[in-house]
Amino acid sequence: MLTLRPRPAAKPASLVRGASAAGGGALAAPWRGRGGVRVRRGRPPVVVWLPAVLAGLLMLTPLVYLVIRAGESGGDVWGLVLRARTARVLANTALLALAVAAAGSAIAVPLAWLTSWTDLPLRRWWAMAAALPLVVPSYVGALTVVAALGPRGALQGSLERWGVERLPTIYGFFGAWLTLTLFTYPYVFLSVRAALRGLDPALQEASRGLGHGPWRAFFRCTLPQLRPGIAAGALLAALYAVSDFGVVTLLRYDTFVRAIYVQYRASFDRTLAAALALLLVAFAAGLVLAEARLRGRAAYHRLGGGAARRPKPIALGRWRWPALAYCASVVGLALGLPLGVLVFWLLRGVSGGEGLDGLATAAVHSVSVSALAAAAATLAALPVATLAVRYAGRVAGLAERVTYLGYALPGIVVGLAFVFLGANYLTPLYKTLPLMVLAYVVRFLPQAVGAVRTSLLQVSPRLEEAARGLGRGPAGATWRVTVPLTRSGLAAGAALVFLTVMKELPITLFLSPIEYDTLATSVWNATGGGAYGKAAAPALLLIAVSAVPTLLLVARDRTARVGRD
Amino acid sequence: MEGKRTVAPNPTDDHEARTAPLIAAEAAVLADEQTLTRRRLVRLATAGAAGMAATGYALERASAQDATPDPAPDPEADPEAGEDEEATPAPGGTPVGSAGELVVYSGRNEELVGDLVPRIEGGTGVDLEVEYAGTSELAAQILEEGENTPAGLFLAQDAGALGALAAEGRLQELPAELLERVDPRFRSPDGLWVGISGRSRVLVYNTDQVTEDRLPASVLDLPTAGFEGQVGWAPTNASFQAFVTALRVLEGDEGARAWLEAMQGIDPVVFESNGDVVRAVGRGEIQVGLVNHYYLYEIQAEEQTELPIANHFFQAGDPGSLVNVAGVGILAGTDQAEQAEAVVDYLLTEPAQAYFAEQTFEYPLIQGVPLAEGLRPLEEVQGPEIDLSDLADLEGTLALLTELGII
Repeated sequence: MLTLRPRPAAKPASLVRGASAAGGGALAAPWRGRGGVRVRRGRPPVVVWLPAVLAGLLMLTPLVYLVIRAGESGGDVWGLVLRARTARVLANTALLALAVAAAGSAIAVPLAWLTSWTDLPLRRWWAMAAALPLVVPSYVGALTVVAALGPRGALQGSLERWGVERLPTIYGFFGAWLTLTLFTYPYVFLSVRAALRGLDPALQEASRGLGHGPWRAFFRCTLPQLRPGIAAGALLAALYAVSDFGVVTLLRYDTFVRAIYVQYRASFDRTLAAALALLLVAFAAGLVLAEARLRGRAAYHRLGGGAARRPKPIALGRWRWPALAYCASVVGLALGLPLGVLVFWLLRGVSGGEGLDGLATAAVHSVSVSALAAAAATLAALPVATLAVRYAGRVAGLAERVTYLGYALPGIVVGLAFVFLGANYLTPLYKTLPLMVLAYVVRFLPQAVGAVRTSLLQVSPRLEEAARGLGRGPAGATWRVTVPLTRSGLAAGAALVFLTVMKELPITLFLSPIEYDTLATSVWNATGGGAYGKAAAPALLLIAVSAVPTLLLVARDRTARVGRD
Repeated sequence: MEGKRTVAPNPTDDHEARTAPLIAAEAAVLADEQTLTRRRLVRLATAGAAGMAATGYALERASAQDATPDPAPDPEADPEAGEDEEATPAPGGTPVGSAGELVVYSGRNEELVGDLVPRIEGGTGVDLEVEYAGTSELAAQILEEGENTPAGLFLAQDAGALGALAAEGRLQELPAELLERVDPRFRSPDGLWVGISGRSRVLVYNTDQVTEDRLPASVLDLPTAGFEGQVGWAPTNASFQAFVTALRVLEGDEGARAWLEAMQGIDPVVFESNGDVVRAVGRGEIQVGLVNHYYLYEIQAEEQTELPIANHFFQAGDPGSLVNVAGVGILAGTDQAEQAEAVVDYLLTEPAQAYFAEQTFEYPLIQGVPLAEGLRPLEEVQGPEIDLSDLADLEGTLALLTELGII
């Protein structure tokens, strides 16, 4: 199966992955584990480590702020922190994070596989639709879930004629879990899809050639290869669930972030809130470490010459209809439901005379600040990911993992940290775009790092070495070889940051230049006043604008599907 | 359709190298022409995006006047801004607006006060720059900013946030002449903030389903008034929580807990907001609801029909008729105290108070401003004998509500 057809452009894959990929085992050198050849030992060049360390230090800003604030109290604050309620909300948070990550992966892996390796009808269309729920701001998503599935929602209304007076409550764990899963599974979907696209089908074919059935080949050969992709995506989804405020508030599930907000809201007690946030950081660090273990230390790129081919799509046969039904139900719930409710609100609002003033300005603001943040975050992610992948070691691992901390913190903490920093130490920058973009980078860098590192893992360091051998300096080799090869990862990272900044709220409210309305703040303003009709237009525009990079991202593989053989 | 693509005949297809993540080294190093074209494209795109963003930013900076605190703003420093936005000094008065714009942090929603801003600017000659956010978030922001806050004035949705800022020394004393226009119940005992509009807690009811004589005189009797499954409330709402705090102050923690548990016993219907409660009462889904008085007017106006709903005020002095305020405070150390005072002055004059009475259907807090139609005069509502600064322990209220599983 491996080389039955002549493939002029690609030499046979001599080895792909480690011994655990059972099918490939016969071909593979035992090439994983701590003693692997994957990492280049020795000092990374200054162009790599210096920016990586700077990025790592920047990520520590909120942490330093929290330590300062928590330290102001003397010791007694820890007594308050370590009370029974804290343990309960921590357990709630852990349950939610794990459940969201698990359910998100369970939804996303089949979707990614169906849309990239099979002959599912309208495959590319489904891929785009499946990625799009990511652009729905989760607070808007939660509002629409309540409107549709809540106690007096659309579903209950439509069931009323059959005498359904009351639905099982949406509030509590179930609703929060459902909502967060629906709007974060695309993290896993996108990262698994990227991994599937980078995967060499020769492996699967070798596995089949060695007598495994298709399922067995998938579970023993393909799935282990997807592990880093699943882990990276699941970590983002889990951390999103940990740091989210809108969903857990609207659906009334008591998590750690809600407890932190209660401190701010109820007592204006920044000291206790900071101590709680530090505890949350410790919890998130645990998640990040767990992901690192799950991710493993194996190499996932090709060894030796040749290039990956594109596989022939797998024929679904009679499974086509169940597969379609599956895609339709996921997309219907995660995309159809919020869009349906928003359009309903929009029509009701327009008929009620709501205008659309100021939307264009808000959209321009949103797009420019999101684009700046996406560019800055991607630029910062490149050295961090390079260091982590190519020069794995303690410092490198630390630099990478530190980047995840900002993402685990609720936006209000990162926002207040930068308010503190900006107003007191960087006064000329306070309430200007540069500081705002910096805060976004701190909060969303891990999305870019995760995407870049996943694609970097699939690039053999031999290629860079070849470029070095041909006379490029380290920076030149990176720019000429690594960057082009990881471009899909860079683009994915930038797109992720772009669309999360588009919908970000607390940092925007705290740090935007005064009277700098964005689409997200317009939605917030309108829903705060209960004017859902007025909120619908900016929310739909926000979704439409963020959909553009998402769609481009998915549409790219129109060309990637072109086979080499 | 995919099947055709897999046998694409052209191995030098430009697209292929662009997207295949794993290509051989020679493809990257040797296929220079392609990479150059691509790179040029990427560069162009990047430069274009950066240029757009930079232009947008520059325009923004040019049109918006500098928001950072500037001890001695030179009127000539920013000629463009001067041309664009000529400050209109108050006719005959001191040109307080000429010293730059007054930054206002507003915890009141733009939907509520947005239309008031141009009126204030017209009435005082002070140009306002308003930042909208949540009241408690803004209070935390002001505390973090310390002396360097760009804000001169803080407009808060409730008295609690103002009290917190006052306790931290972040507010400066208001002139007695302004304070005296408002009943002492509705301003800071130290003169650090003043209420600008009031709202009362009421029981809204559906007039088709309920006659007023069935409604209890005290909110304490609501659990036994025969409205099982027919009461709506919005426990996550700040006004509801202020009411529970008042209940704790007046009846003790145990009294409040007993009332809340009795309410849970009659199976109240939970809503996200007061507005949703009133709408549900209007549709007849529930018969009564615990809300602020003004939602009824807003929703009548919004629906443009006469809904079968009315407000029931509990007896004078009842915790169920708590009157809370939205208020303002001037930030300590602001270099624009004069402008800020002018704005507070305007907020406590007839036109601004009439705005609250007519547009947001709240209680005006100065004498002689007519109420919205059908509103019971504040003197007759007589909120409980409770000082708004007694309502500081929101944390205890949230702990109680969380413990009972209400929020």
